[in-house]
Amino acid sequence: MEKRVTFDNRLLPYLLLLPQLLVTIVFFFWPAGQALYQSLLLPDPFGLGAQFVWFSNFEYLAGDRYYLQSFVTTAVFTFFVTLVSMSAALLLAAMADQVIKGAGTYKTLLIWPYAVAPAVAGVMWLFMFQPSIGVLAFYMKAAGFNWNPILNSTHAMTLVIAAAAWKQISYNFLFFLAGMQAIPRSLIEAAAIDGAGKWHRFRTIIFPLLSPTTFFLLVVNIVYAFFETFGIIHTMTSGGPGQSTNILVYKVFSDGFVGQDLGSSAAQSVILMVVVGLLTFIQFRYIERRVHY
Amino acid sequence: MATISIRDVRKSYGTTEVIHGVSLDVADGEFIVIVGPSGCGKSTLLRMVAGLERISGGTIEIGGRVVNELEPRERDIAMVFQNYALYPHMTVFDNMAYGLRIAGKTKQEIRDRVNKAAAMLQLEPYLERKPRELSGGQRQRVAMGRALVRDPAAFLFDEPLSNLDAKLRVQMRLEIKQMQRSVGTTSLYVTHDQVEAMTLADRLVVMNSGVAEQIDTPMAVYERPATRFVAGFIGSPAMNMLPGTVDRSGIALESGRILAVPEAERLETGRRVLLGVRPEHLKLAAANEATFALGVTAVETLGADTLAHGRFEDSSGDFVARLPGDAKIAAGERLPLAVETGKTHFFDADTGLRI
Amino acid sequence: MVEKRGIGMIMMHLVLIAGIAVVCFPIYMTFVGSTLTHLEIIRPPMPLLPGPHFIDNYAQALASGVNAPVGRMLFNSFVMAMGIAVGKIVISILSAYAIVYFRFPFRMLAFWAIFVTLMLPVEVRIVPTYEVAASLNLLNSYTGLILPLIASATATFLFRQFFLTVPDELLEAARVDGAGPVRFFKDILLPLSVTNIAALFVILFIYGWNQFLWPLLITTKPEMNTIVMGLKQMMPTADDYGNWPVTMAAAMLAILPPVAVVIFMQRLFVKGLVETEK
Repeated sequence: MEKRVTFDNRLLPYLLLLPQLLVTIVFFFWPAGQALYQSLLLPDPFGLGAQFVWFSNFEYLAGDRYYLQSFVTTAVFTFFVTLVSMSAALLLAAMADQVIKGAGTYKTLLIWPYAVAPAVAGVMWLFMFQPSIGVLAFYMKAAGFNWNPILNSTHAMTLVIAAAAWKQISYNFLFFLAGMQAIPRSLIEAAAIDGAGKWHRFRTIIFPLLSPTTFFLLVVNIVYAFFETFGIIHTMTSGGPGQSTNILVYKVFSDGFVGQDLGSSAAQSVILMVVVGLLTFIQFRYIERRVHY
Repeated sequence: MATISIRDVRKSYGTTEVIHGVSLDVADGEFIVIVGPSGCGKSTLLRMVAGLERISGGTIEIGGRVVNELEPRERDIAMVFQNYALYPHMTVFDNMAYGLRIAGKTKQEIRDRVNKAAAMLQLEPYLERKPRELSGGQRQRVAMGRALVRDPAAFLFDEPLSNLDAKLRVQMRLEIKQMQRSVGTTSLYVTHDQVEAMTLADRLVVMNSGVAEQIDTPMAVYERPATRFVAGFIGSPAMNMLPGTVDRSGIALESGRILAVPEAERLETGRRVLLGVRPEHLKLAAANEATFALGVTAVETLGADTLAHGRFEDSSGDFVARLPGDAKIAAGERLPLAVETGKTHFFDADTGLRI
Repeated sequence: MVEKRGIGMIMMHLVLIAGIAVVCFPIYMTFVGSTLTHLEIIRPPMPLLPGPHFIDNYAQALASGVNAPVGRMLFNSFVMAMGIAVGKIVISILSAYAIVYFRFPFRMLAFWAIFVTLMLPVEVRIVPTYEVAASLNLLNSYTGLILPLIASATATFLFRQFFLTVPDELLEAARVDGAGPVRFFKDILLPLSVTNIAALFVILFIYGWNQFLWPLLITTKPEMNTIVMGLKQMMPTADDYGNWPVTMAAAMLAILPPVAVVIFMQRLFVKGLVETEK
């Protein structure tokens, strides 16, 4: 889509674009280029120089057990965060879409946790589930369950998934509800007259018509779980115990800043860039198609 | 197929009552059209019959069964919506089959019934298409097909033709009429278009501000409008209304001038009334036979007819006469006009009721 | 619609209430934690109802905190959030105006250069971005906290979409009336964009406030810490006794501004959220 009428001014548009382009170049293209370049270098152990090693950083990663495991960890984490968060939100949105009394209050109470930063969410959940002081941890142990996310990988994973999914429910809820409310009333009425009960209407009309929203949320949740959960991991487990919650984006940070393995970290950055690029591409392809409904 | 009986039905939103007690008995197989201006409550009334709106007072029976508390799906009705409400993710076939599948019909029966309806509505080539691949008229047919296959006790139509262009509207109007005749299902049809109302209805319900002002056959409504509102709403151009007082020799207008209207004799003198004359019941007359003369301000030539607009004496309203298309009239003329005998209407000036 | 009320409706309300209970419980526990003493917390189980130490804990948090005063960190967060929100809006609305309302060489190149930034969150290019910021001497400065985060395409996109819906006739009318590009922008386009700007501001403020990784890297001095990242530093660890109630009070203070924004500007928030993600 383009404007039919425009101004013809030679210098002004460049001036208007300048701030954004400047910031983009300095803080985006330059670092991205650096990442690409560094991913091909191997710094010497004393940090005095670096050797150009072509793709050996990538080759090394391909054979690195920890890196491959981090992929699996990220996949498991992303899968469960997306599943739990989206299904809880869908359930709540379906209910909120039906009730008449108190719908506004329910909505407000369900969306405000969106404002909680992932890192703060991590602190809050740790406060409840930390094995030595957490109040819920205490009751779990009192009930005979040996809860210990500090030592037990499965427990640690469960905890970060719960916190990450919790943080995202508000967002998903809001979009599901908006999606449901955008479905024309007359379609629901037509289905009711055709004999469909509430559940049947949800299954055969509302849910299928919600598919653009569902797909959109799927991509957003995957991106969220991949990249925005850094704060949760950092506050709750720092990737441990062992490497059991070390998702890819956390590994870029821990290898780069903690491990000082800059070549590998840069190579990991490049791989992640490809992943985000892919996700964005999928999303845009789909947005083009979804206008048909 | 069934009768529908609406008794003193009311609808309120909070403390505002929008439908003030409508009663109507629909015979089995009858085609009833509910007509009125927008906001008169006609759609609300239909939606209460469908079960899409709660009934605040009174009862609605379908086939002798009180349905007030029944959900839409328990009422055995089918509805055609203004925007068609076709399920966008389903093919035409699935749209029509949806209700039958829910009703648990066998695959064979579903196929037979959908195919039969599709044949009737000439939809056979489109059964595998999605609604968005259809034209407006085809979508309209699918919406009708969806109602048809269900073979319900009653059809409800909510302004089904208002999204179509003028030409298609005329065609679909005829098709709806023929379809209803051939299946003989009791129908309630809501529209704001008086031509649709007149042509489709066995009986008309004319609604205004939540009240059914008249329920009768189209011709009866046209010939003997029960109220001033009905008189003005049905018929185009609208009936001319002249306020005045009954006098011994006719109607005394506000200007003091007396119109010689023989039909006024039956009315008590001194009563304040509205004299109504339809534009089509005026004819050009010789000056000595004319009831009055109209100062023409504008002329609309429609081909078959010519509409002469004018000011009637000093009364402020527009006065229209519908004259033959070949009448040669120009603005500025004074037309001597006569009212056809027996074609006058009188309404009480205060209540608006027909006298 | 006429529907049988009864068990179904009650169930729905119950599900919603249960959902709200789960969603709000962590925040409630944080609040309870912020009203107890450290001793009450480290000897589990802690009480499930608020205690009497609300004022003590919040006062201590604001004034001295655990290693840096929360008051100072809140101020830093506020500066960062405002800087990011305002900065993004200003540079985005200008560049969107250039892209939509002008024709010039390299226009599409500029558009795509901005567009690709959509794809890379700061988390994936974190090390080199840090190096760039360090080489520009931006560590431990507000500029360093703000500037690298205002490069993003979402806001530019939103404004572009909005400008495209503004009727061409408006520009023609303005031109007939003798308005140049600056006047048109100031007198017509900007007033029309007010709601969009406000909605975007709400979202960007929350985004900026909730930043974690970038402030974690760029600030090393406690007095430059933001609240969200500072909270992590305050957390008691195995070899640090810490102070749980003060930490929890800090956590409550950390979520207060963005939560207030969501609740009190709900309509703008929802609008902003839905539109930035399209």
